[in-house]
Amino acid sequence: MESIKKKINLRRLGTLAITLYIVFLIGPIAGLDVPAIAAAIKANPLQLVQFLIIGISNGAIIAIIALGYTMVYGIIELINFAHGDVYMIGVFTSLTVLSVTGTLDSKDPVKIILGLILALVIAVAFCAALNASIERLAYRRLRNAPRLAPLISAIGMSFIVENVGLMWAAQAWLVPSFGTTGGASQKVFPDMIGALFKATGFNGGDVNLFASTDIALRLTAKDVLVIVLAVALMIGLYLFVQRTTLGKAMRATAQNRDAAKMLGINIDWVITATFLIGGGLAGAAGLMAGLYNNTAWWFMGFRAGLQSFTAAVLGGIGNITGAMLGGFLIGLLASFSDGYLNARWTNAWVFATLVLILLFRPTGLLGEQTGQKA
Amino acid sequence: MLELKDVHTYYGNIHALKGISITVNDGEIVTLIGSNGAGKSTTLRTIQGLIRPRSGSIVLDGIALDKVAPHKVAELGVAQSPEGRMIFPRMTVLENLEMGAYARKEKSGFQQDLDRVFSLFPRLKERITQKGGTLSGGEQQMLAMGRALMAHPKILLLDEPSMGLAPILVELIFDTIVAINKEGTTILLVEQNALMALSIANRGYVIQTGEIIMSDSAASLKSNEMVQKAYLGIE
Repeated sequence: MESIKKKINLRRLGTLAITLYIVFLIGPIAGLDVPAIAAAIKANPLQLVQFLIIGISNGAIIAIIALGYTMVYGIIELINFAHGDVYMIGVFTSLTVLSVTGTLDSKDPVKIILGLILALVIAVAFCAALNASIERLAYRRLRNAPRLAPLISAIGMSFIVENVGLMWAAQAWLVPSFGTTGGASQKVFPDMIGALFKATGFNGGDVNLFASTDIALRLTAKDVLVIVLAVALMIGLYLFVQRTTLGKAMRATAQNRDAAKMLGINIDWVITATFLIGGGLAGAAGLMAGLYNNTAWWFMGFRAGLQSFTAAVLGGIGNITGAMLGGFLIGLLASFSDGYLNARWTNAWVFATLVLILLFRPTGLLGEQTGQKA
Repeated sequence: MLELKDVHTYYGNIHALKGISITVNDGEIVTLIGSNGAGKSTTLRTIQGLIRPRSGSIVLDGIALDKVAPHKVAELGVAQSPEGRMIFPRMTVLENLEMGAYARKEKSGFQQDLDRVFSLFPRLKERITQKGGTLSGGEQQMLAMGRALMAHPKILLLDEPSMGLAPILVELIFDTIVAINKEGTTILLVEQNALMALSIANRGYVIQTGEIIMSDSAASLKSNEMVQKAYLGIE
């Protein structure tokens, strides 16, 4: 027993050595130049804080999307590949609501705020309904089929939703700024928070909260909005899952579906509710990302989905706190890689970190050992 | 109270129950004994609605259980402590018990039932904030039974409550079954430990490869030569 453990530890050390070797071999090409990074930090320490802010904001959005992946996986052990695209639909839904209500051209702060709230509500509701419909349509009948069947079905749903986005982005009658160039190009999501500041004249009309100070930092109202909204959603979700009857029924179903059935829990409804919540979160993330990054693109769900899925796995898939942690970690990692390493290699760094962590903790950072169904 | 009539259940193409008929009267302890793979757990899963019978009927107090949605069966008063206990490993003891009361419409009796479970199993009260998965096997069995009792069922289905437990715990569990029954809960008990089961039951059924081959009062089954040979280990 002892010797086997030793062997495993030795093997892990070996893996680590090889990984580090590769990192130092490829690292310099990918921007890992330690003296240069140290010099950059020394020259401008405030920049570190700047990248921290960017990382946390982006991480918050990733974390909110990751929650949808992890909740669905926790309950039916399915990677909902369409989830990233539901988020993309969230971006387009909120943009369309803002356009149709005339908020985009408005100079009236009250109208802008009301428009944003309406966009949030409608994006959440629409994405929740969309996600639950996808489950009803493409996953429910495959629940007892071999694992590959719903997986393929999920990839199919992803393509379908992406094409809906492609068509949506061509509808200039809904959002005039889409133009006549078709749906394939990236569209502008107007900076409504900036517009709101200009309209009120608050902070001199500048969205950067440090604009009127000497501090060379950029903390925008958008960062604050995204972080506050994301943290509020996370706390809300955590309390919901821990305290409410439906939340407990979800956990029970995830831990032992047969036992949950025996106790009279309606499994179909619990799964639908999970998809509703995951979709609603993706809708909220859609509005947040649109306001923060100011783009809307039919293919944006793919990259966001990949990053969020990675975040969910990194934190331990099925674990809600883990998804939040993973989201922030990936946001920070990407931000520091963009800033100090090499932006082109950011995805490589993110996934290399994932691989490294999974080598040592196959269940993810907070993942629990499976198979403890005693 | 509970009546199974000519129930046939299949797992895919495997004919698991070949026309089972069982009656459980109000206030009784009825036991279903048989060897591994005879169809004992399948019978309980069929009653609970986890598997649908292909033919036959299951009636509880005049309501056909095989016609209602599976999650409604619990609401109608059927609770089960399943084979392998199936507690929720990452939920606390209290949360496990709360889930037991999920199907109850009136939530008013919750505290009373919780107190009752804790008086039957004081050990659970000591472990109230502990995660289900960290309990010992005996404690998990108590939790599974306690969880089923929280539904305040008309009939309690117990699947192998003695499995894997130390003899002293087995006795404790069986004493508790008798106590639960005395408080007015009807019990259908599935057991491999036929001797223990027959010593507390009123009546018994012997199941073999999906068929009931014998049914009688517990006392006469205990003295039946064939039962003694096959299930009680008496030559």
